[in-house]
Amino acid sequence: MPDEPASITRDEVAYLARLARIDLTDEELDHLAPQLAVILESVAAVKEVAAQDIEPTSHAVPLTNVFRDDEVRPCLTAEEALAGAPDADQSRFRVPRILDEEA
Amino acid sequence: MTVTDELLSYDDAVAAYDPVMGLEVHVELNTASKMFCGCSTEFGADPNTQVCPVCLGLPGSLPVINRTAVESAIRIGLALSCEIAPWCRFARKNYFYPDMPKNFQTSQYDEPIAFDGWTELDVDGELFRIGIERAHMEEDTGKSLHVGGSTGRIHGAQYSLVDYNRAGIPLIEIVTKPIEGAVAKAPAVARAYVAHLRELLLALGVSDVRMEQGSLRCDVNLSLRPHGQDAYGLRTETKNVNSLRSVERAVRYEICRQAAALAAGDRVVQETRHWHEDTGVTTSGRSKEQAEDYRYFPEPDLVPLAPSREWIGELRATLPEPPREHRARLQAEWGFSDLEMRDVVGAGALLSIEQTVAAGSTPQAARKWWLSELARRANEQGVELTALPITPGQVAEVQGLVDAGRVNDKLAREVLDGVLAGEGTPEEVVTARGLEVVSDDAALGTAVDRAIEANPDVAEKVRGGKTAAAGALIGAVMKEMRGQADASRVRELILERLS
Ligand SMILES: [Zn+2]
Repeated sequence: MPDEPASITRDEVAYLARLARIDLTDEELDHLAPQLAVILESVAAVKEVAAQDIEPTSHAVPLTNVFRDDEVRPCLTAEEALAGAPDADQSRFRVPRILDEEA
Repeated sequence: MTVTDELLSYDDAVAAYDPVMGLEVHVELNTASKMFCGCSTEFGADPNTQVCPVCLGLPGSLPVINRTAVESAIRIGLALSCEIAPWCRFARKNYFYPDMPKNFQTSQYDEPIAFDGWTELDVDGELFRIGIERAHMEEDTGKSLHVGGSTGRIHGAQYSLVDYNRAGIPLIEIVTKPIEGAVAKAPAVARAYVAHLRELLLALGVSDVRMEQGSLRCDVNLSLRPHGQDAYGLRTETKNVNSLRSVERAVRYEICRQAAALAAGDRVVQETRHWHEDTGVTTSGRSKEQAEDYRYFPEPDLVPLAPSREWIGELRATLPEPPREHRARLQAEWGFSDLEMRDVVGAGALLSIEQTVAAGSTPQAARKWWLSELARRANEQGVELTALPITPGQVAEVQGLVDAGRVNDKLAREVLDGVLAGEGTPEEVVTARGLEVVSDDAALGTAVDRAIEANPDVAEKVRGGKTAAAGALIGAVMKEMRGQADASRVRELILERLS
């Protein structure tokens, strides 16, 4: 990861919110952007401790190559799979129209 | 909004511009279970019956990597002369689109399992070396059905219905380095590369590579630059190019379309385009002016992969003969000319013929059936040869019926029709349609006697020693028996009677 400034602007928060499909009002942005900036600054303190030759940690446990055999296990039934769906139709998950932003 | 794009003629386009291509091929592996869970990967099951908490992304579920999928990925990498990463991780590709229930796709980002390889292919007798940028592991997405609107397409749909059976099936994405220098041969090189990959993947046994079922899908990146210029032009990425023929057509179309824009002094818009098989054109999709932001980060739920040298060595030992050597060996064994072999490879029939020969047919007979009768039918139906519902074993069986004298060529073609129509095995079709050649002397004798009686002049000539005249009598018998008589036995019976 390249070094990034340990701060975040209101515009960046608005951009991230749009990517994450979170609808934030102007008031919420005003409120949250400074809070996120504080969190980032706190995390940035770690950078001062970590020297250049220490790799970023992605996993807490030093394990590699954990595999399973290629064997088929029982699946859920369609009813079970759809039980938690807000809406279903013809044994499929029914979701609102896609692409409203991109079209 | 429908805009008909201007096209420059192909000859003018390649005279003025040098195409640079990048091909991204997605291959579904043929593992029994999914990439990170034990759900079945069987094609064609009822919707959402091959799903579990892991591939549905339910809270608290944890993925575990399928060893066979990793082995297949490494073997593909080795077959493409790639380096295998001594250590690599999976990454989350974050996006919001209901084809992935997790809101991210587990993929690999800057640490692909295989990278920096190459492969060589023959295009009309000229050798091309294609650089391989990377081959990385990821998972397939679910399938959406867009409902409402008139076209069934995504635009204008009221809502979508999603089936997650395919979500989580292991995929390998193979990305070429920029392919330069093919110029006018670019469309043929693109097609030959995908055909070559298909052959290689089949030989590795890692995928069914059924393009019509979507187990091999291709995206075509293409840009043009004036001849002599080093810098690349702006490129488009054409999605949804899912047959060998389409790969060739889509490359050609984009060359003509981009050339027209450049020749008119416009610039090429860097964007995603969609290929339309039916009309043979590409249309503008989402604009890529602003690159997608997938916020990749290392997948915390999967530990890194660190394939040992020993493991890689064991997998290397399982690699099949490389395609070019394989072809050369078969050509020598079969005694085909260069031209014959080129036709076989060009038609994508190499493996089918090899398997037909393995099932007991002669190479010549196998070639005849696949390249004449079956190729014609595939062409008529607009499908790949291998998509025809007939197996190499069945083709060998049809030839076996011919060799045993049980059917003649004409009847054999009807047997093929029956098998292709789903009427069963060749033997079953022969029985059901009553196609067997009649060589029973009693039945033939009656027809022979009738033919002699009806053609006394011809019979007299044959009696007089002109045995060549017997052909007319044989024809009469065949006509009466509707082509189902054993012609050589008929001839014998005629000559016996008229000697
Ligand atoms: Zn699953």
